[in-house]
Amino acid sequence: MKIITCVKRVPATTTRVVIDAPTKSLDPTGVEFLLNPYDEYAVEQALQVAAAHEGSTVTAISLGNGAAQKELRTVLAMGADNAILLTNEGALDADVSTTARLLADAIRGREFDLLFFGKQAVDNDAHGVVPAVATMLGVACLTEVVKFELDGDKVVCEREVEGGREIIEASLPCAITCQKGLNEPRYANLKGIMKAKKKPLETVEVALGTPALEVVDFTPPAERPAGRIIGEGAGVVTELVDLLRNEAKVL
Amino acid sequence: MSNILVLLETRDGSLRPASLEAVGAARKTADELGGGTVTALAYEAFEADAALLGAAGADNVLIAGSAQHSAEGAASTCARVAKEVGAVAVFLSASVRGKDLTARIAANLETGCVPDCTAITVTDGQMVFTRPVYAGKGLVNAKVSGSVAVASMRGNFFAPASREATAEISETSAEAAMSIVREVAAKTGGRPDVAEANVVVAGGRGMGDADNWAMLEAIADKLPGAAIGASRAVVDSGIRSHSEQVGQTGKTVAPELYIAAGISGAIQHLAGMNNSKCIVAINKDADAPIFTAATYGIVGDVNEVLPVLAEELGKLEA
Repeated sequence: MKIITCVKRVPATTTRVVIDAPTKSLDPTGVEFLLNPYDEYAVEQALQVAAAHEGSTVTAISLGNGAAQKELRTVLAMGADNAILLTNEGALDADVSTTARLLADAIRGREFDLLFFGKQAVDNDAHGVVPAVATMLGVACLTEVVKFELDGDKVVCEREVEGGREIIEASLPCAITCQKGLNEPRYANLKGIMKAKKKPLETVEVALGTPALEVVDFTPPAERPAGRIIGEGAGVVTELVDLLRNEAKVL
Repeated sequence: MSNILVLLETRDGSLRPASLEAVGAARKTADELGGGTVTALAYEAFEADAALLGAAGADNVLIAGSAQHSAEGAASTCARVAKEVGAVAVFLSASVRGKDLTARIAANLETGCVPDCTAITVTDGQMVFTRPVYAGKGLVNAKVSGSVAVASMRGNFFAPASREATAEISETSAEAAMSIVREVAAKTGGRPDVAEANVVVAGGRGMGDADNWAMLEAIADKLPGAAIGASRAVVDSGIRSHSEQVGQTGKTVAPELYIAAGISGAIQHLAGMNNSKCIVAINKDADAPIFTAATYGIVGDVNEVLPVLAEELGKLEA
């Protein structure tokens, strides 16, 4: 099996977002960056499928700035065989279509049976790059997968949708986006970290080209009006119900 | 003419209510752009309600009649119809299926997309889309550079129109599929999905054992259309399912009423629910960050407060 997993360097979910007005984006000062949490499920699934099929290779690809080598080393330490960093200093803020085009260009021309991605990057939260990459490559894409089965060249997956669960099937080659619950991602151990230092990590400079979106501005969310603590213990529940009914009018 | 195409979501022959919100957003935007036709497209076979879709804002309804859902099939059918009707925008709801389709449709039309929008404004004849990023810790306002914009709408942020109109229903052809949805199993239990519910009753680590969740279930039973939500800590410890997780690595919700019981309010959780209209927090710790987001707070033990709340809500029902 030839397996490709695509990953992204993102701000930690604990980040307090400070806006950099001139660039209309996140001010990265003091922000901790790490591997996108959903990508851990993608890497784990790629490694599990590779382990079950002798002679498989797992290639990790990331579009990021130079610092994103760190996240690719993490993926190599988890067990991927080699990595490619498509690098551009503005890459982390690239829009969905631009990111998808650059990843599709990097994947096109390579042999692959399966593409594993996280279901979303927790910075842009778009859920869009993978379906767009798959469309550009002309392969099927199964999203937000919580169960993955491979039977010959047929893939059968489950995903949770609003109020239900879907079973989706497609033939190889195809792309899969991974949701929490699919597997338990492994931690990179010391041996893995040492080995990762010697694994190939190729860096390719890319141009972002014309963006598909024009960002007008980037603003903080509206502040919630200050609330109040109405009191302590079960004794104030009657007052709460009255407020919900007559002031907030939500009952 | 500023025509807008809306891709409807149907399941087992019935329309998902969130699709009507996308139709409403399309009607409003088309009107603000100076008038245009709103066409609603269904990829799967379904008996469209001409009065319901007309009232929500659609002028025409096209049924492609596919036997099952397919993301590639729906996206390429939608892109073809968008060209046929001369659409300046394609709207859909930002459901699980909708998020899957938004960027595909844009890729098919070789244009940009704005997934999961919470507002659309028309300025100088151009559509500006607002979408939350970093789980709602920032809002991006953006225009699509191409000639057609593809955007999906977050649930509970847009309303269907309410007008006296009936939509014209006709048929169109469905493009072929690569992957198919073979089976759809409806969730048992009868509660709506946490991302779609008007009321969310959520619990955190402070709820303690799994058995204590019966107190939250009892409250949800008394609030029509309520869903159960959970914090990440509770989901990670296996007490509740990930489908109920609210927050940055779970679902983003914006109900009318959000009750947070025993949830301390980590930044990732707040990001997932602070667009709720009214937030009630019940927590032992008066310094818990959840109180900064709460409309109404009660400092107290969930084991004492929740049963009384269930009882008081029961009185309203009676």
